[in-house]
Amino acid sequence: MSSSSLPTEPLGLAPSGTVHVSHDHHEIGFLKKYVFSTDHKMIGIQFLFTGLVTLLIGGLLAMGIRWQLAFPWTEMPVLGKLLFPETGGVATPEGYTMLFTMHGTVMVFFVIIPLLTGAFGNFLIPLQIGAPDMAFPRLNMLGYWWMWPGIILMFLAFGTEGGGPAAGWTAYPPLSTIESAAPGSLNGQTLWLLALTFSGVSSMMGAVNYVTTIVKMRAPGMTIMRMPLSIWGLLIAALLQLFALPVLTAASFMQIFDRVFDAGFFNAPDTLVNNMSPEVDLGTAAGGHPLLWQHLFWFYSHPAVYIMVLPAMGFVSDILATHARKPIFGYKPMVYSLAGIAGLGFIVWGHHMFMSGLNPKVSLVFMTATIMIALPSAVKVFNWLGTLWGARIQLTTPMLFAIGFVAMFIIGGLSGIWMASTPVDIYIHDTYIIVAHFHYVVFAGSVFAIFASIYHWFPKMFGRMMNDTLGKVHFFGTFVFTNGVFYMMHQLGLAGLMRRTADPYAYELYAHLQPLNQFISYCAFALLGWQVLFVFNLFHSMFFGKRVGRNPWRANSLEWSAPSPPGHGNFDHQLEVVRGAYEYGDPEAEEDHLPQAVRVS
Amino acid sequence: MSTLKTFLLRVAASLLFLAVPVLGVWTFVTAEANGWWFPLNVSSYGGEIDYLFDLILWMVAITFVLTEGALVWLVWRFSRPDSSRAVFSHGSHKLEMIWTAVPALLLVFIAFSQMEAWSKVKIAMPDGTRPDEPYTVEKPLAEVYASQFDWRFRYPDAEGNFEGADVVESAYDFYVPVNTKVLVRLRSRDVLHSFFIPQFRLKQDAVPGMEIPVWFKAEETGSYELICAELCGWGHYKMAGKIHVLPEDEYEAWLANARTALYSNGSED
Repeated sequence: MSSSSLPTEPLGLAPSGTVHVSHDHHEIGFLKKYVFSTDHKMIGIQFLFTGLVTLLIGGLLAMGIRWQLAFPWTEMPVLGKLLFPETGGVATPEGYTMLFTMHGTVMVFFVIIPLLTGAFGNFLIPLQIGAPDMAFPRLNMLGYWWMWPGIILMFLAFGTEGGGPAAGWTAYPPLSTIESAAPGSLNGQTLWLLALTFSGVSSMMGAVNYVTTIVKMRAPGMTIMRMPLSIWGLLIAALLQLFALPVLTAASFMQIFDRVFDAGFFNAPDTLVNNMSPEVDLGTAAGGHPLLWQHLFWFYSHPAVYIMVLPAMGFVSDILATHARKPIFGYKPMVYSLAGIAGLGFIVWGHHMFMSGLNPKVSLVFMTATIMIALPSAVKVFNWLGTLWGARIQLTTPMLFAIGFVAMFIIGGLSGIWMASTPVDIYIHDTYIIVAHFHYVVFAGSVFAIFASIYHWFPKMFGRMMNDTLGKVHFFGTFVFTNGVFYMMHQLGLAGLMRRTADPYAYELYAHLQPLNQFISYCAFALLGWQVLFVFNLFHSMFFGKRVGRNPWRANSLEWSAPSPPGHGNFDHQLEVVRGAYEYGDPEAEEDHLPQAVRVS
Repeated sequence: MSTLKTFLLRVAASLLFLAVPVLGVWTFVTAEANGWWFPLNVSSYGGEIDYLFDLILWMVAITFVLTEGALVWLVWRFSRPDSSRAVFSHGSHKLEMIWTAVPALLLVFIAFSQMEAWSKVKIAMPDGTRPDEPYTVEKPLAEVYASQFDWRFRYPDAEGNFEGADVVESAYDFYVPVNTKVLVRLRSRDVLHSFFIPQFRLKQDAVPGMEIPVWFKAEETGSYELICAELCGWGHYKMAGKIHVLPEDEYEAWLANARTALYSNGSED
C-alpha cells in the first residue's frame, strides 16, 4: 500500500479547489473492483448494465402487449409459454393488465431513471467537474445495491400467488387498494409498492450525492456557468428528485397502510366491490378519497417525467456541440430553460387529472401552466438548431442519435399541446394519443439520448471505440421502426382508441383499427430485433474494439483529459479550468477545440 | 472515410430526417380516408372541441414542418466536408428574444382560446334557464352508476327521487331524448371508471364517493357506443354500454312503458 490516500475511502466534502490526484493503481480484489465498488465509474457501469438488462425485460413485456393488440386471444409465440402457461400461451384479460402495469413500472423506475441518473450521472459527474469521485462513495455504492431489493420485489410481485399488480403503473385506488377489486391486488400490489419504495430510496441516495458533489467538489476554475450542460441537466434532475420523491414515498406507505392495515386514506365511504358488504372487506369502508392518491402520485410523477428527460437534454447538448465542432448555441438560455422546465414541472401535475373529477375551474390553471412548459422546450429546440447552423457536422453514430433525439423531441413536445388543452383533452384523454406522446419523449427522446451517450462515452468507459458502421446501421433501423410504432399511435388515438384495453375490437368503433395495430406490432417486433446489433456491438467492442487515447472525439470537457478508462481518482494531473466546455472552432486557436482545463502540474 | 461513403451517408441521413415531416404530414392528410380520424360528432359542443383540435393542429403542423425542415436543411448543408472551421458563434441575444417571445404569445393565445369551450362543457351546468334545459344538477335525467364491469342507468320517479318503487333501472342500454340538454349524475360503486362516448366528445371519470354532474346534447338520433376509458380491472376492455338517442316522443313513450313494466313486476311482491 502506498502512502497516498485510498480512493475507496469516503472523501467527505473536499473543499472546492483541491483535486485528488492518484498516481498509482492499487491491486484490489475482484469483488471490491467489480461488485462492491465505491468507484463512481464502476457504479455507473453497474447501473448501465443493470438498466440495459431491465430494458430488455421491459421491451419483452411490450412485445407481449403488442402481440395481444395485433392478434388478441391467440397463442403468443415465445413469451406466451412463460407468461401464460395455464392457458397454453394465450393472454388472459387479467394477465394483459399485468403486462402493461409491469411494462410501465419497469421502464420508468428500473430503466430510464437508473440509466440516465444512475449510469451517466455516476459516470459523468465527477469526471466532468474534475472531481476524483463522488462526495459520498459508500452511499453511492449503497444507492446501487438498494435498487436490487426493488428489482427483486418487482419480479416477485409479478409472479406472486394470485397474480401480479394489475392497477397500471399509476396504481390508482381503489383498484390498487381493495384486495377484491383486482386479482393482482392480493399481495402483488403490496410487493409492488415496496419495490417502488426501494427504488425511490436508491434514487434519493444518488440525488443527495449528485447535488453535494456538484456543489462542493468542482475543480478550481469550474464556475457553475462553465459546467457542461450534462451536469446542469443532472443537477436539476437531482433537485427534482430531492423535492418530489418524499411525496411518492409517503404516498406509497399510505397505500401500503390502506392495503395492510385498512387505514382508508384512499377509499371512499360506501364503496362496494364484488358485492361484498363493507363489513366483509374492511378496506372498503373508510372515509378517504381516491383523488388524494392521484394528487400525491402526480406531484412526484410529473416532475419524474422531467427527471427522465432533463439529463437526456444535457447529454444531447454536449454531443451535438462536440460532433458539430461548434459552441453550443445560447448556453445561458439552455441553462435557464432547463431550470424553467423543472420549475414549471412542479405546478402542472393536475393535467393528468383533467377528467378525474378534479374541480374543473382548477384545471384552467393547470392547463395554462402546462401549455407554458412548451416555451422552454421550444427554446431548447431552437438553440439545438442554432448549434447546427454553420457547423461542421460529423455524422458519427452518437451524432446521428443526438440529431434523432431533436427530431423526435419536436414531435413529443408538439403533441403535448393537445393534451394540455382541456377541451381537446376531453376527447383524447386516456387514448393512444397520450401513449404516442409520452413514448416520443421517453423512448424516442430519452432512449435515443441514452444510445447517443453510450456510443459517445463508451471510449471513455472502456478505452475502446464501438464499431461506427454497425452503430449507424443500428441507428437507421431504430429510427425507422420507432416511428413506425409510435407515430401511428397518434392515429389510433384520434380514432378514439383508449389505452389499457385488452381487446379493442370488441367495439364496433375500433374494429377497423386491427390492421393498423398489426402494422405497429410488426414494427415493434422489428425494433426489438434490431437491437441485437447494438448488443453485439456493445459486447464485441468491449473486448475487440479499436483502442483509443484520451480524447478520440477531440472534445473539450474535462473527462476527455483523463486517461481512457480513467484510473482511481480519475485524473493523473492537477487541473485548472480556464473556460467553458464548448470552445469549438475558435479562429484564434491552433486546433478547432480548446480543452476546458490546463495542466497545472 | 472515403468521399463517396461520406456523401452517401449525408444523403441517407438527410433523407431519413426528411421522411419525418413528409410522412408525418402525409399520415395526417390521408388519416380520414383510412379511418384513422375522429368518428363523426353528434353532440352540440363536439364541434367546438373539434375546432380547437384543428386550430392547434394547424399551429402544430406549421411548427412541425418548419422545425423538422430546418433540421433536414441544417444536416444536409453543414455536414458537407469542409476543411475550414465552423462559425464561431455562442448565440444571439436577438434571436433568443424572438424565439422566446413569439412562441410565448402563441402559447398564451392557445391557452386563452381553450377556456370558453371548457367552461361550457365542464363548468357551466344547465340550470333550467333555457327551454332546452329541462334537467339540472338537482333534477338530473338519470343517474349513471358504474361498477365492475357494467353500466347502470337509473331514472328517478316523477318527484325526482332516486329511491323507491318508481325508479326505472336499465343496464347496458341508456335511452335519452334528442336535442335536449341531458344532465346525468355520474357515480361509481367500486373503483374508478370513465364515461366515454367518442361521438359526443365526452369523457368524465366516475369516482366512488363523488357525484359528478355531466351534460350533453345529442343532435342526431341513433345508437352510440359507451366505453369505459379508465382502467377498472380485468374486465375493463368489455365494460361497454349503448346510448340510444331517441326522438322526444319516443323517449317519453319508452320511459312510460318502462314504468308500467315496473308496476306489473312490482305487483308480485
